[in-house]
Amino acid sequence: MVLRPMGFKMDNHSKHIQIQHLTVAYGETVALENISGTLHPNALMALFGPNGGGKSTFVNVLASIIKPTSGTITHQCRTTCSPAYLPQQSTMHRQFPLTVREVVAMGLWGQAGPFHALDPGHQEKIDEALERVGLQDYDQRLIGTLSGGQFQRMLFARIILEDSSLIILDEPFTAIDIQTSETLLQLIQEWHKLGKTILVVLHDLDIARRYFPETILLSKTCLGWGKTEDVLTDHNLIKAYAQSMRTTHHA
Amino acid sequence: MLEEFFLNPFDYEFMRNALLSCFCLSLGCGPVGVFLVLRRMSLMGDALSHAVLPGAAIGYMIAGLSLPALSLGGFLAGFLVALLAGLVSRTTLLKEDASFAGFFLIALALGVFIISMRKSSIDLMNILFGSALAVTHQALLLMASITTLTLSVLAFIYRSLVVECFDPQFFQRVHGKGTLYHMLFLMLVVLNLVSGFQSMGTLLSLGIMMLPATAAQFWSRQIWSMGVLSVVFAMIAGYLGLLLSYHLNFPTGPSIVLMAGLFYIISLLVGRFGSVLQHMKNRVA
Repeated sequence: MVLRPMGFKMDNHSKHIQIQHLTVAYGETVALENISGTLHPNALMALFGPNGGGKSTFVNVLASIIKPTSGTITHQCRTTCSPAYLPQQSTMHRQFPLTVREVVAMGLWGQAGPFHALDPGHQEKIDEALERVGLQDYDQRLIGTLSGGQFQRMLFARIILEDSSLIILDEPFTAIDIQTSETLLQLIQEWHKLGKTILVVLHDLDIARRYFPETILLSKTCLGWGKTEDVLTDHNLIKAYAQSMRTTHHA
Repeated sequence: MLEEFFLNPFDYEFMRNALLSCFCLSLGCGPVGVFLVLRRMSLMGDALSHAVLPGAAIGYMIAGLSLPALSLGGFLAGFLVALLAGLVSRTTLLKEDASFAGFFLIALALGVFIISMRKSSIDLMNILFGSALAVTHQALLLMASITTLTLSVLAFIYRSLVVECFDPQFFQRVHGKGTLYHMLFLMLVVLNLVSGFQSMGTLLSLGIMMLPATAAQFWSRQIWSMGVLSVVFAMIAGYLGLLLSYHLNFPTGPSIVLMAGLFYIISLLVGRFGSVLQHMKNRVA
């Protein structure tokens, strides 16, 4: 049997996302300097770099949460290109009185919005998403009782339902058990096969090399953008971390 | 005997009006209080209840003890403080709680200042603590209208409010900025504080809003049932408070709020979720 997440159609809508001379500064501090590159449709891309190298800033700009100081980002989507985005430090209330099912159902906001009821078709989609991340027996559990790994699975189920053609994840495997990481990595592979564009911030070289064909290496400036084996070379990595040491030293 | 104690007081019209006003307030304030707690804004309610004062005082200066003037003035002042505080937290380095604190203190001092110019402290007491046993038909009508409006608006923005409150970043991404809902909600808070003006006064109506809502947290882990519970708690507190004040000649407003406080303390001690009792049980187990 072929494992195939249901509720997905092949995604042919996504097109190039072009980033030109992107610079972001917070007051005096420059976080990103003159970044250019293209996210191809169906790219499976890792974003790698030292702490403070501007990775989160970069994805926040892509998700249009931060406005660039200068430079442009051109989305060429036929429909709206709003990405499904999982931030690193979420502003979520983890003890909020909601069940797992209710949180996952939020992924259907695009269809149900603030007023429409969920029909049986929607409920089925929710069931499928829960099953895909292995939370089918937890759907009535309060989110405050979940472990870190289960919480992350729930958020991935919500992303499944959002069914966006661009998915951005910021360090999704931090402080997560190995089994959950495996499940979620498998899910990312499936999204890739379905034609989605995926950008994942990582700090684990091993995961980047094993699962991600393409990588961006950021350390304030862009030190590499392309095939993972060409970008994550010792030479480039030393350069990236040496650069970040210098910046820290100056500060 | 029992009937004499529990029912006979309500043979009097002023007692029936007082009870009705309590029920009205409970219906609106309960759910609003629950959302205040969930939004981690419990103390903002406190700030807003003080912020209402200068508006009410100015209304009093212009029109005397006229309920519409007091209420309108109070609402405008409270909402102005909410807007200013929101604006300041979005454009300057201050966080919302700090900017709220700044504005409500100014408002409070201004209110007391204006009232003191009339040189009669009875007026001040009236505005601060209300007089539950002198609720007029006009006041009842105002309360009923505000409660109806509150429940309708809450039903309308419920889903947005819950999602925005749980995960503001997600909400902004899928729907847009939550500012509108935040402001609508703050408007409901101010409206309900003003609603309790005549019967409870500005300071005590906050008690009906916050104490039952906080108590409900210990008994339920669903938003809707928290709302229902807080309404029930508030209604019972209102009824018991009125009885106490009738039989023992206690001051009415404080009696009602103290009853609500009793619900809070009991829930805190023996509630089903996260109470002191549960904490002890977990330690033993």
